[in-house]
Formats: sequence, C-alpha cells, structure tokens
Amino acid sequence: MSHPALIIAPVLIPLSTAMLTAAAQGRPRLQTALSMAGVLAFLAAALALLAGVQEHGSLAMQFGNWEKPFGIAFLIDRTGASLVLITALMGSASLLFLLSDADPGNRHPLTLPLVHGVLAGVSGAFCTADLFNLYVWFEVMLICALGLFAIGRRMDQLDGTYKYMVLNLVGTLLLLMSVGMIYSATGHLYFGALSQAYASLPPTLSLALLSALSLAFLMKAGAFPLFAWLPASYHTLPAPVLALFAGLLTKVGVYTVLRTLGDVFTPAPELLMEALGWIAVATMITGVLGAAYHWDIRRILAFHIVSQIGYILLGIALNTEAGFAATLFYTLHHIVVKANLFLIGAIVWYWTGSYDLRRSGGLYAARPLLAVLFLVPALSLVGIPPLSGFWAKFLILQEAIAQGRVAWTVAALLVSVLTLYSMMKIWMEAFWRPHPEPTRAVPSGRIWPAYAATMGLAGVTLWIGLSPQHLLAFVQAAARSFNL
Amino acid sequence: MTWALAICIWLTLSAGLYLTLSRDLLRCVLGLAIMGSGANLLLFLSGRIGLAQPPVIPAGEAVLAQAANPLPQALVLTAIVIGFALLCFSLVLVLRLIEGKRSDDVLDLRDAEPLGGDGVKPPLPTAQADARGGQA
Repeated sequence: MSHPALIIAPVLIPLSTAMLTAAAQGRPRLQTALSMAGVLAFLAAALALLAGVQEHGSLAMQFGNWEKPFGIAFLIDRTGASLVLITALMGSASLLFLLSDADPGNRHPLTLPLVHGVLAGVSGAFCTADLFNLYVWFEVMLICALGLFAIGRRMDQLDGTYKYMVLNLVGTLLLLMSVGMIYSATGHLYFGALSQAYASLPPTLSLALLSALSLAFLMKAGAFPLFAWLPASYHTLPAPVLALFAGLLTKVGVYTVLRTLGDVFTPAPELLMEALGWIAVATMITGVLGAAYHWDIRRILAFHIVSQIGYILLGIALNTEAGFAATLFYTLHHIVVKANLFLIGAIVWYWTGSYDLRRSGGLYAARPLLAVLFLVPALSLVGIPPLSGFWAKFLILQEAIAQGRVAWTVAALLVSVLTLYSMMKIWMEAFWRPHPEPTRAVPSGRIWPAYAATMGLAGVTLWIGLSPQHLLAFVQAAARSFNL
Repeated sequence: MTWALAICIWLTLSAGLYLTLSRDLLRCVLGLAIMGSGANLLLFLSGRIGLAQPPVIPAGEAVLAQAANPLPQALVLTAIVIGFALLCFSLVLVLRLIEGKRSDDVLDLRDAEPLGGDGVKPPLPTAQADARGGQA
C-alpha cells in the first residue's frame, strides 16, 4: 500500500483541484466538472485513509526525510482520519448543493477554487503533527474564507468580512505568539517531542503557555466571550458555502483544543480544564439565548453553532478518555447536522422566498418531503432519541454525571430545552402555519441537487442514530490512542 | 539586551492593541499590522538572541554553542509573508467599506446586522434582500 501518497492526499487533492479550477475560470462547465471530480477523489482518498488507519492505528510521514523531532510531520490517527472523511463528505454535499438554484450566490468564477482551498486548509489542520504547520493551515483557511466572504461584494458581505477578519486576525496573532513562546520554552514543534518536553516544564509556565494557546484556539472555535465574529458574518454567505463553514471551520478550533489539551500537553493543568468547563457552559447558554431573539433562519442557526460548541468543549473539559470519545462523537454528528440544517434553510428560502420566518410558511402542506428532511437534523440537534444527537448528548452527560458535575449537566439539559424552542419556532412558522402570501408563484429552477445533498446528510444522521455502536466503538478506540 | 527587547515587544503590542480597539476602520487595521510586527518580533527572538556567529555546528561537537537558532528565523519569514498578504487584503477591504459607506466609523457598519424593529423582534428584511437571499 502506497502510504506516503495516501497521507498527503487529503491536502494535495484539494490544493491541486483549487489550482485546476482556478486555471479553468473562463469555462464554467469544465470548472464544475473538475471541481466535482476533485471532491470525489478527495472522498475516495479519505475513505482509503480511514481504512489504512483502522488497519495500522495511525499513519505518519516526515517531509523531506528529516528525522523525527525536526522536520514537519503529518500524523493521522483515528481522530484525524474520521474528521478528514467528514470534511470530504461536507465538501461533496456543499459542491453538489451549489449546482442547484437554492441561494447559490453570484457564482463568481473564483468560488470553486476558494472552496477547495478551505477544504485543503481544514484537512491540513486535521493531519499535521507540527505546531507551526498547524498555524499555517489556519492561515490557509482564513485567507480562503475571507475570499469567499468578500467575493459577493455586497455591502453586507463586506461588513461581515471586516468583522470576521478583525477578530480572527487577533486570534491568529495570539496563536503565533503562543507557538513562538512554546518553542522557546521547549525547543520543539513536533507534537510527540512537545509531549515529552512538557513534563519537565514548571507548572506555572505551562499553565501560562497553554492558556494563551487555548485562548487562541477558542477564539477560532467561537467560544464565549469571543464568538461575536460568527453571528455577525456567517449569514451573509451564499447557502452552500455557509453550510460548509458552519460545519467545518469552528470545529477545527475545537479539534485543536482537543488535540493539544487531550493528546499533546497531558495531563493538562486542572485549573485550565475547570475554566474550560465554565467557558463551555457560558458558550452554550449565550448561544442559545442569542438564537431565541432572531427570526432569520440563518441567524438562528448561526447562534446554535455557538451553543453547540459549548457541548463539545464540555466533553473536552471532562478530561477523561470517555469525555474525549464523547467529544469526537459529538463533533462528527454535529458537523453533519449543522450543515444539513443550513442547506434545508436555503431550500425553505427557495420555496417561500424569504429567510425570515415571519414571511414564510405553508411548507408542511406544500412540501411534506422537505418537512421530514427538516425534522431529522432539527430533532437530532435537540437530542431526541433515536437520532444521532441523542447519543452524542447522552455520552457527554453520562460522563459529566459520573464525575459529579451537576451544575454543568443541568445547564446542558436546560440548553437542550431552549434548542427545542428554536427548532419549534422554525417548524411552526415555516412549516405549519399558512404562507402569508398564498398567491406566490412557484419558482422554477433546478432544485434536485439540493434535495440529493440534504437527503445524503440526513441518511448519515439516521445511520449514526440507528446504529451508534459502530461509531461509538470507533471513537472509543480513537480516544484510547490519546496520550493520556 | 533581553529586557530592552522585551520592553520593545511590549510597547509594540500595546501600541497595536490600542489602535486595534479604535472605532476608526483604518486605524484598527493598522493596529493589527503593528500587533503582527510585535508577534513576529516575539517569534524571531524565541530562538535566542545570538551573537554575530553563524549557526554552524563545529566539527566534533553536537550542540550549537553561542549562535542563534535559525529555525525561528525561517518561521518568522513565513509569518511575515502571510501577514503581508492579510494586510494587503484588509487595506483593500477597508478602502471599499469607507468608499461604500462614506464613513470610517465602525458603528456605521450595520449592513449585516441592521438595527431597528420594534425592540422585541429584529427588523424585517427588505423585499430586495429577500430576493437575493441576503440582508438589506
């Protein structure tokens, strides 16, 4: 089996697709074909990678044949491989959705290259085992994301771009400074070597360094109190790109917190984990309350990203193998569900003519299939059995109760109820009640790719929900391989 | 020497942070650029403040005695290039915003999140915004 090519494939395939699609700018059909071929190749490579990781435990590669602690390394374990696969899946769903007429944006010729650039940045961050290299992948993601924000050139999009850019740049600078200080304290950037050097650091120094590093990652993840960039900008994006961002970008921040505090710098300082737990609770509550105010489907869902990040961080704060397994389970489930809800929001816009709930309605009678497609991810987000969200929340709360974290558990359950309120609001306004303008003409565009994409994602949610034992065994094996 | 450089980094970062917190769009971006320089300086100095000695390990020895570690210098080059690209992008973005809004005050940027409504519910989007999927 050709390991080296396979290990760099998650980065190489999206990057070369980005270049090819950029070269084919003038020819939209060729560009779309190249982009679809690229994302399918990415999906195939991610599947092969997962099979390889299942067989060998983890796959590693040193670039330029440098010996282990010196060169840049890629190290893909079960966590990385599963996240790369979900990235490829989200990429395919978004690009398929982009073929439909449900809010595709202005179809600027540079959209596809930038989307593949984001995919390369995200999967690079999941694969790398080098702290500075991780910073570089964050920058790849950031610059491609900024391009996708600004490409529509409407004033609201430029406004969103500005707010996204300022807070993310501050986060990036903090990350860069923490990487520099960690390097000067330990002399290493390779995760394995950092892990060994960490044991000999004085506790106060390691607490300071890890706090700075975690703060940078938490800003990227959209955690309380530095999440303002997310609800200020996300809803200005075209729907397929929005779904991709909502699924993946914040989750890279969460993954890096999990990787650094759970795998590299272990045991993490107790004070930091305690603080992370309370940050998680505050993130959950502020996110869900922000969503309660809004009537634009996209803005409701954007605040729910923040709220759900709280649950995922709570799993990390529990700081045990079971907690990390639950975190990974939650992340994988959440990416699919969240992206799917945004895509369904775009189909609602297509049929009713508005993202605002006060101007939509009547979909349950007119489009029963869409109603069912909405209920699967919406109830899963709330955590109704037997859907995937139930198992994800169950795993996290089980571990929280086992550790006697009553306050965290109660907060999480309360936030679930408020999540149900938001989903009910969408259901009642957009689906149940009649449309305020009954004579509205039915739009005649191409919509089947949108339905195909959402059905595929709903299928994944149902699979996780109805047979969670496969994914559960997988995430438990992934957490066992962590360096606890 | 170490203290002089530490104070220099501190000054750069605080000047950058001060400007970043400004409501003026252009000042905010310049502040980010200055903070970026402070971060780069910090990264650069993480590999020891060396003498004018080349980073070559003498024959028969295993460690680099007095010279500065060259790896952070390579890292900082990468960071400078990335920072430069982002600065160019942000300057163009800010110019477009000032041009479009005829104002450089952050508080005037309400296109993505319009204020108003009845105080309990957010304002309804305009028909034009509904038609293209975006906000006003």
